[in-house]
This record gives sequence, structure tokens and C-alpha cells, in this order.
Amino acid sequence: MMQQTTGMPRLHKVIFLVLLAFLIALPFFVYPVFAMKVMCFALFAAAFNLLLGFGGLLSFGHAAYFGGASYVAAHAAKVWGLTPELSVLAGTAAAAVLGLLIGSLAIRRQGIYFAMVTLAFAQMVYFLALQLPFTGGEDGIQSVPRGDLFGLISLQNNMALYFFVLAVTFGGILFLYRVVHSPFGQVLKAIRENEPRAISLGYDVNRYKLTVFVLSATFAGMAGAMKSQVFQLASLTDVHWGMSGEVVLMTLLGGMGTVFGPLAGAAIIVTMQNYLATFGAWVTIIQGVIFVIGVLLFREGIVGVISRWIRRPL
Amino acid sequence: MIRTLALGTALGALTAGAAMAQDMDVKLGVLNDRSGVYADLSGEGSVVAARMAIEDFGAADKGMNVEIISADHQNKPDVGSNIARQWYDEEGVNAILDVPTSSVALAVADITAQKNGVMINSGAGSTELTQGQCRPTTIHWTYDTAALANGTGGAMTKAGGEKWFFLTADYAFGHSLEENTTTVVQENGGEVVGQVDVPFPAMDFSSFLLQAQGSGADVIGLANAGGDTVNAIKQASEFGITQAGQKLAALLFFVTDVHALGAETAQGLSLTEAFYWDFDDTTREWSARFEEIHGAKPTMVQAGVYSGTMAYLQAVEAVGSAEDGEAIAAQMKTMEIDDPLFGAVTVRGDGRAIHDMHLFEVKSPDQSTGEWDLYTHISTIGGEEAFLPMLDECDFTK
Repeated sequence: MMQQTTGMPRLHKVIFLVLLAFLIALPFFVYPVFAMKVMCFALFAAAFNLLLGFGGLLSFGHAAYFGGASYVAAHAAKVWGLTPELSVLAGTAAAAVLGLLIGSLAIRRQGIYFAMVTLAFAQMVYFLALQLPFTGGEDGIQSVPRGDLFGLISLQNNMALYFFVLAVTFGGILFLYRVVHSPFGQVLKAIRENEPRAISLGYDVNRYKLTVFVLSATFAGMAGAMKSQVFQLASLTDVHWGMSGEVVLMTLLGGMGTVFGPLAGAAIIVTMQNYLATFGAWVTIIQGVIFVIGVLLFREGIVGVISRWIRRPL
Repeated sequence: MIRTLALGTALGALTAGAAMAQDMDVKLGVLNDRSGVYADLSGEGSVVAARMAIEDFGAADKGMNVEIISADHQNKPDVGSNIARQWYDEEGVNAILDVPTSSVALAVADITAQKNGVMINSGAGSTELTQGQCRPTTIHWTYDTAALANGTGGAMTKAGGEKWFFLTADYAFGHSLEENTTTVVQENGGEVVGQVDVPFPAMDFSSFLLQAQGSGADVIGLANAGGDTVNAIKQASEFGITQAGQKLAALLFFVTDVHALGAETAQGLSLTEAFYWDFDDTTREWSARFEEIHGAKPTMVQAGVYSGTMAYLQAVEAVGSAEDGEAIAAQMKTMEIDDPLFGAVTVRGDGRAIHDMHLFEVKSPDQSTGEWDLYTHISTIGGEEAFLPMLDECDFTK
């Protein structure tokens, strides 16, 4: 079962290396902007999975951090004229603050109530995004410049931007991996499995929950902030509750509580949306059918099932 | 994502192009809503309209090889901008057509300018496209919210509807629509006797409608869109507002919406459109052809895709190549267009197409002779009067 060693299991090391090699080669085969979109959503789903899969907390309002950060990052790049990395940081920081505010209230409740509280706050953020003057209402923030990374490297080039996004996403996912496999992560899993027992062992459960909530919000924000740099816009789509639902779908389909599941889930959903767009309304129906099949046939998600076959955690 | 003819055609065209210097490849992308709220008024119908334009233009006889691809932007700006980028970068698309939903249109306008393509927008209503966020490669063909406000507000006030009451959707779009219309109403000697902000989106309009009914206004202006407008009209019909003598004015509404509501519910509603199928013999004949292929009468957005495509192809022919989007847009701005559907059209320096707009009133069921016989023509608003004046910094012909 779970390895208590500090190092990364060899299998995971190999997968990460293969993944990295694959991602480096990817933009030479598929359209870079599409690949960047997949990566943004992979980080988003991985951040969400930290909360749901390892913290056992189902948030239904992650669009608030994703979208909120994308607005802040877009505004920072367009109006304040910050460089891309600072814009992304600004968005990420905003999401962290938002996560702290919402999280400190939401973690007082459990189960469905927790989900509803997060949803309610996310709807408030949506309302703000619609009404605040700087967000541009339903038009969103448009023509966000693709600035120069560190003031030096122009990101106008899709390839340059791709490797920036790759570095940030991969770094973020490795960090999340490290969190999950740290003593902190072990305590989280203990709380997820049996909260009263964790309390009786002397853990300050609420502090752990809040920390993981803020971490998850922060990385969701990082993904959103990056998306605004890639697409050069921030819009209501990113704060809409549908986005919160989409990330749940990605995580469950890929495999909740696995390291690689959310990445696979994000890749599958985004690819589907991209390449099935011709079918119009059928996309959502196809997505629904795939979700139903997924839930019926492999409840642990795609990666979860593979993990059971090879009898190793993935 | 992309509906395209086989790659083989492109390769074949390439080799043929080498052999015959006159052959010219043009690739058009129809980017619109194919599954959501705007699917009926744009959607596949716009693709049909673009195909008809290519046919009527006689592209094949002129040695032009025009190909059409289409995609669904789901009304999401990120999806739309991704498709637009990919079309310009990888598919070699020269122009993007239609693009309803303002947020998507603004994103695509920006990318189009970066990639030196042309966007001929028919579906979106934002005046920002040719005002605050104008680009040399944007052509805004069919309508904008200012023109609708001008048409409905101005013409109705002149016709005696002097006192107005607004039901305004409480977000930026609703407020700007109300503001635009108020200005026009006041300029024409009318007054606004009241206004109420309705939370967006709304299901229940009853209390707001009662307020409007009691205000003594001649006209109730609906400064909202889509489902909100539909709900408001349905409930107004239950209250018998138009039958009691007050007029209902929709500031953003399309023939497909009226068709969906039916003459019974929508009767007496006033609205402005750029095109109506039953206008003259030419529009009737064209619309009958369109209906045969598509199964419904064309909307002004679909008609705009036809006319815009036609004008674009003429400009490409004149320039001699579809490569330089800015040059083609500039060419379009010099042309005197006599359009079968829109009449005389000129394209202003900022990309705004100027043509007549028309005020219509929805017929009552006993006046209506068929399911699409919906409008009575009330008046025509000249293009110069209907659209906002051009901003100096947006005049790209200078």
C-alpha cells in the first residue's frame, strides 16, 4: 500500500519522466494552444483532486478561484502592465486570499452543506464578475497582451508560451504530488477516512482542512490565471458554475484520489470538447453518456481501474 | 472540431494552382453557436447562407476555389478564440463569418487583427466592435444594439409613443441598452416616465409589468435579451398589455424568437430588424430558396452572412488574393454595394456596414396568413440615422 519512504516510488518517477518527454514533444504534433488548454485544465483538476481525492471535501465552487484568478491576472497584464509571470502570481495570490475567506467559513460544515456553501460563494463571485466595472460584464476582459516573460522573452510565439505554461503546470503538479505524499498528506488521508479518530489522535482537523482548501484554491487559481494569459481573455465562462461541474467531471472520470487521474480526465474532456465541436449539441450528450458509462463500469475512474489492475497506486 | 472537405481537395487545389495562375483559394470559416440559444438565428442556417453566396457569386466560374468550414463556439470566448486561432494558424482560413455573442466576437476580432484575416460579423450586437475595440480587419455587417435602440426608440417616439417605461436587465448590457434608447427617445421629444431594474436572469416579471402598466406610459421598453425578453412578452400577453393600448418594444429580438412565441403571444410587439424575408420579390425569392435547403425562413443574421460573404468575395476578386486581410477590408470600405437583401450598403472606415433598418410590428393571429407571416412594416430608418457616428481614431481609411 502507501509507501512511507520519502522518495518517489520508481513507477511514479518513470511516469512523470515519460509525461514530461511527451509534453515536450507534444506541441510539434498538435496545435500548441490546444495543448496549453489541456495543461491548464490538468492543473485545475489536480488542484481540485487534492481537496476531493485526498481531503475528502467536495467543493462545488472551484470556478470561483479559477475564474477569479483569471480576471485578476488578465487585469494585471492588461491594465497594470505586469509581465506574464507576475500576472499569474497576482491571480494566484488573489485565489489564495479568496480560498482563505471562503474556506474558513465553508469547512465548518460537512458533506452536502459544505458543497452548498462553496457553491453559494462561487455564485457570489460570479455576480461580482458580472457587475464589477473592471470585469467588463458579459464581454469579459478582452485583448490581454501576451507580454515578455521576465521582461525578456516574448510570449507572442506560441512555442515560447507553451514552454512557460508547461513549466508552471508541471511544477504545480509536482508540488501537489509532494503535498499528498508528505506527512501533511498522510494526516489529510486520516481525516478523510475517519475524522473523529483523527481528532482523538490530537490533530487540529480544522487547520488541516483549511490548509488543504487554501492550497487547492491557490493552484486552481494558478491554472485560471494561466488560462487568461494563453487565451488573452477572461470571461464569465470561467466563473460560471458549469466550470465547477466540469472539474468534478474531469476528476471523477480520470480517477479521484489518484495522482494521474485528474490529468487523464482533463485531457479526455478537453480533447472531446475540442474535436467533437462539430457535433454541436451532441457534445454535452456524448459527455454525459461517457460519464454514465464511466460511473457504471469503472467507478474508480480510468486511472483508478488501471491502478487496481496493476495493483499499485497511481 | 472542424467540418472540412478532405485534405486531398486542398492538395489538389495547390497543385492545380501551380498549373493555372488564375486559380485562387479562399477559405471561409463560419464560427457560431450551433447548440445554444443563438443556434436558431445563426447556426447551420448561416453556413447555408454562406454557401448560397458562394454559388450566387459564381466563384467556380471566376476561377476561385472557395471552401467553407464551420464550428460551434458554444458562446464561450475561450472556445471561440481557440478555434479562430487554430483556423488562422493551421487551416489557412482567410475570413471568419457570423460570430454571434459579443464576448466571443470581441475575442475573435482581436485574433483576426493579429493574424491579418477578416472578420465579417453578422451575429453579434456589441457596438464595441466598431467603437472602443475597433480593428482594421473587422467588418460589422448586420446590426448593433445602438441601431436597434435607434430604430425602435426613435421611430416609435415619432409615431406618437412619447412616454416610455423601461424594464431593464440588471447588468452592463441591459443598462447600456436602456441608456442608448433613452437618449434617442429624448432627442425625439419623448420622455421616460419610469424604469425598473430586473434581476438577471428573471422568470417572474409580473410585479414589474404591473408597475409598467400603472405608470401611464405609451411604450414599455424591454431592455433585455433572450430568455428574459421571451418571459416578459409571455407574461405581458397574459396581462393583455398590448390589447389594452400600451405598446411593447423589444430592443433585442429576432424573427426566430417571434416565430417561437407565435403571433398569438407576440402580437403588437414592436422591434427593429435589418432584414425581413417578406420584404420584396427579391427577398421572398431568396428566402424561399433558403427555406428549401434549411427548412426555416432566414433571420437577419443569416441574411447578413450571405450579403457579407458576397461583398467579401467581390473584394477578394478585386484585390486578386485572399492573403492580406487588411487590404481586403480596405477594399470593402471603398465599394458601393447594391445588395439584393439589404439594398444599398457602404462600409464605413471603422468597419461598420451602413444600410437601412426597419421597424416592424408583430401581426395579430387573424392578420397573419402563415406561420412565418409575422411582421407588418411600420417604417424605414436610414443607415446614417440608425448607426452611431464613427469615432475618429477608428477610421482606418485615413
